[in-house]
Amino acid sequence: MDSTSLFGIFIAALLINNILLIRFIALCSFFGVSNQMETSIGMGMAVIFVMMMASAVSWCIYHYLLLPFDLVYLRTASFILTIAALVQLEEMYLKKYVPTLYRAMGIYLPLITTNCAVLAVAFLNIDYKYSFLQSMVYTFGVSAGYTLAIILFAGIRERVALAPVPKAMQGYPIAFFTASLMSLAFLGFKGLFGL
Amino acid sequence: MSLKNDFLSGIIRENPVLVLMIGLCPALAVSNTALNGLGMGIAASFVLICSNIVIATVRKYVPDQIRIPIFIIIISTFVTITDYVMQAYNPALYKQLGVFVPLIVVNCIILGRAEAFAYKNSVLSSTLDGLGMGLGFALVITVIGAIRELIGNGTIFNKIVFGPDFQPALIMILPPGGFITIGILIAFLHYFQNKVKEK
Repeated sequence: MDSTSLFGIFIAALLINNILLIRFIALCSFFGVSNQMETSIGMGMAVIFVMMMASAVSWCIYHYLLLPFDLVYLRTASFILTIAALVQLEEMYLKKYVPTLYRAMGIYLPLITTNCAVLAVAFLNIDYKYSFLQSMVYTFGVSAGYTLAIILFAGIRERVALAPVPKAMQGYPIAFFTASLMSLAFLGFKGLFGL
Repeated sequence: MSLKNDFLSGIIRENPVLVLMIGLCPALAVSNTALNGLGMGIAASFVLICSNIVIATVRKYVPDQIRIPIFIIIISTFVTITDYVMQAYNPALYKQLGVFVPLIVVNCIILGRAEAFAYKNSVLSSTLDGLGMGLGFALVITVIGAIRELIGNGTIFNKIVFGPDFQPALIMILPPGGFITIGILIAFLHYFQNKVKEK
């Protein structure tokens, strides 16, 4: 399969280069909020939502503002500020107009500003020289991959919390071992559809 | 005493990666060899120290409500400098670290120290805090890199350690190896902390 086709981009972002387990981006939130299934689902939804918006906006900024005016060196500063402002805006908008959605994912929105996945995707879209449509598909794949991994991980962690674990391994160490095994499983997707 | 404390706390007691659990992404992602780990550690420490100094200098003029955007601007300035300097002088390393160089800007260690320390303390103690935290981060990431490189490739800093008969466990330089290594390191740390508490 062609790795530049939309489906190829999506599968590669979702499974083969899963952002959490293979690329190691956004691990802070991965370990921070994955204690419970419910919070993981909320976080996953919030990440999909913010990431789509943020990459659309940052793609436009890069291609219509930074490139024509030769300001590429402002990339880092402009992206992070845009994302921070965007998250604030989204939070205010949701609070006012879609309160149900806000209750479901409101508290996760500020956390996402420092979630490196959002910024990373904005950079990767530029680095891979994706068109707007490709970058949207890529972003959806990445954020869906994030949600998939964090929900699976939360499911395992809820079980592990009940298991007798050696004292020194309680908490984070066992979580890292779990993540390691999941990452091993995701490595198995390599070569799927010939990608 | 307190200055010494500012410096030392970051290395073990409040080690950013192993104890505070922040800055995990680069600590795992680019630690597949000791050299990459060291490169990332130095780059992040440079940004951390410089941004700590600048923030501690301007902290009296920064209004409370907009301090976070200002911190981010200061940090991203130094990240851009690092980005371009590394691209110019060490393109091989730059290629290895990839997207993680610009991502230093969202490294929670740097913003966290700006908010928790540099904004409240003098320039001198902020510099020392940055130095200690940076050293703690660089140390952990290099150690993780060395362990993974040793088991996964049989080398440290590209020098062959084991003889040609060594069968490298490739898994250690792949992503799962990173998770396992840091899990074991933290488990050891917990073990020794428990020992100390019992005494």
